[in-house]
Amino acid sequence: MAEGSADGASADDMQQPADFVFDAASEAEIAGIIAKYPPGRQMSAVIPVLYVAQQQMARHTASAWVPRAAMDAVARRLSMAPIRVYEVATFYTMFHTRPIGRFHLQVCTTTPCWLRGSDAVTAACRAATGIEGWGETSADGMFTMTEVECLGGCVNAPILQVDDDFYEDMDAARTEALLAALRRGERPDPGSMAGRQGSAPEGGPMTLIGDAAGPAE
Amino acid sequence: MLSDKDRIFTNLYGLHDVGLKGAQGRGDWDGTAAILARGPEAIVEEMKSSGLRGRGGAGFPTGMKWSFMPKQVGERPHYLVINADESEPGTCKDRDILRHDPHKLVEGALIASFAMRAHACYIYVRGEFYNEARALQRAVDEAYAAGLIGRNACGSGWDFDLYVHRGAGAYICGEETAMLESLEGKKGMPRLKPPFPAAVGLYGCPTTVNNVESIAVAPTILRRGAAWFSALGRPKNSGTKLFCISGHVNKPCNVEEELGIPMRELIDRYAGGVRGGWDNLLAVIPGGASVPVLPKSTCDTVLMDFDSLREVRSGLGTAAVIVMDRSTDIIQAIARLSQFYKHESCGQCTPCREGTGWMLRVMNRMVQGRAEPDEIDTLEEVTRQVEGHTICALGDAAAWPIQGLIRHFRPVMEERIAQYKSSGRTARPLPLAAE
Repeated sequence: MAEGSADGASADDMQQPADFVFDAASEAEIAGIIAKYPPGRQMSAVIPVLYVAQQQMARHTASAWVPRAAMDAVARRLSMAPIRVYEVATFYTMFHTRPIGRFHLQVCTTTPCWLRGSDAVTAACRAATGIEGWGETSADGMFTMTEVECLGGCVNAPILQVDDDFYEDMDAARTEALLAALRRGERPDPGSMAGRQGSAPEGGPMTLIGDAAGPAE
Repeated sequence: MLSDKDRIFTNLYGLHDVGLKGAQGRGDWDGTAAILARGPEAIVEEMKSSGLRGRGGAGFPTGMKWSFMPKQVGERPHYLVINADESEPGTCKDRDILRHDPHKLVEGALIASFAMRAHACYIYVRGEFYNEARALQRAVDEAYAAGLIGRNACGSGWDFDLYVHRGAGAYICGEETAMLESLEGKKGMPRLKPPFPAAVGLYGCPTTVNNVESIAVAPTILRRGAAWFSALGRPKNSGTKLFCISGHVNKPCNVEEELGIPMRELIDRYAGGVRGGWDNLLAVIPGGASVPVLPKSTCDTVLMDFDSLREVRSGLGTAAVIVMDRSTDIIQAIARLSQFYKHESCGQCTPCREGTGWMLRVMNRMVQGRAEPDEIDTLEEVTRQVEGHTICALGDAAAWPIQGLIRHFRPVMEERIAQYKSSGRTARPLPLAAE
């Protein structure tokens, strides 16, 4: 880690590693990503390559974030001005420019989830982690809790997204159980916690029941 | 009522094999080469006569959009970009196509690209749909391995490459020109139009951006014929549609139905009815967060299609039906949407950047009743100053929910203000300049 200067470097600066180098696994991934775009258009790869950097940080430090040194590495790799990478990394909400907890709890509170009880999910997350406000990390470093906007799973509301997985049809008890499982090192299968089949209504589909699986004529 | 044999998304719920074999068993990739052999003009004509209107919210005729692409490929290659940045609150239909019926999208991508003389297509999937993007990538890989896409796709002589590209959490990238900016590696800020993407799009090349559902229904329309599709629904509102029914219903769900189905029938038949019964209904947002809310009296009879909902000063949008029962604080429900649009404004245009924040602050006052009654008029006036004065439609989308609230629930807002006053508190006057 970089040494903070005596003349008052911010806590933010203290956390910034001095350098960042893509490891072999990341490099292999990056080669495949750049090949998706026309020659000379490698800047198109900036979002996917920032994901690669964030994932590498998760592998190496158990915190999925993109330090400034990683942004600079992305800029060099894609022949971009560093400022263009900083712009992208700060414009899109899924890049974390500060360290986060091991598990990222993302509570959707937009109207469809709110109507179905997202307040109870939020309260349960608070109670189980000791986190007070949005964007904060629990004292044990296990959880960061973020308020997110509509996740696009509204008929399975409310939704709690943990890292990349959607846990659906949540309530307070299911939230408590999920967080307890994560603490134990378990990773419950994502999807409906009420046992629903995807977006089908509770109790089973009302359509596509007969031979609907056959070819359409 | 639509019968199962007329449903396009036969694996909507993921009950069956998502892979290529399963998809082929359901009729996907059947005679694709023969469809391509009809030629681009014939395919575009068939799509035009099907009456399909874009399923992403705006409802622009898909075949006509395809016809805007240059008929000859010049020095610049053509591109198709598929919008899978599904983020309009209430909407979760494309998610099901990506994870459960991805081959319909992959086949549609090939056919649509061929019809618009594009050899390459990007599917822009919202970043949060990590698992959905993986499911789609598996389908793309299967299609490549089977020779259905790639060089000489389906043996048609047409080379076609398809790429999955993930976004990173910005609603604005669902706007087509912001999507192109994002795909080029920049912040997702909408471009001024003209030039339109069909002239100057991705990398400055002719480009069409279509919604996932619009593309995924194309193969079935071309197999079964425009006449089949246009016979469903009502004139200019034809075909089937994926509906998302969320909020205060007994059984929230997605379902494919005929356009023009009465709202009440949709909710009662498929979503188990309104919690506490139909008479417990307060209001419905019929087409995703941006369209104006409708009171129960309108919901009693309105039909679910583009023109019927337009007639009642709302819209079909993405056909995401958000149901609210009488327990709902309707002002709070709309204020939360104001928070959404403030969060998602890209900040490029002043009326939207400043207006979404101002509208949210005033809406939060309205939730408490901490306002004067004539401030409702001021709020309404400001929504009119944002609407239509920005590069993209996000400003409109932020304005419309508030306009719907004032139109139908003004007495509730006035009552809230009166309650606040009667509690002995007085509201500080509303600052009209930016705070």
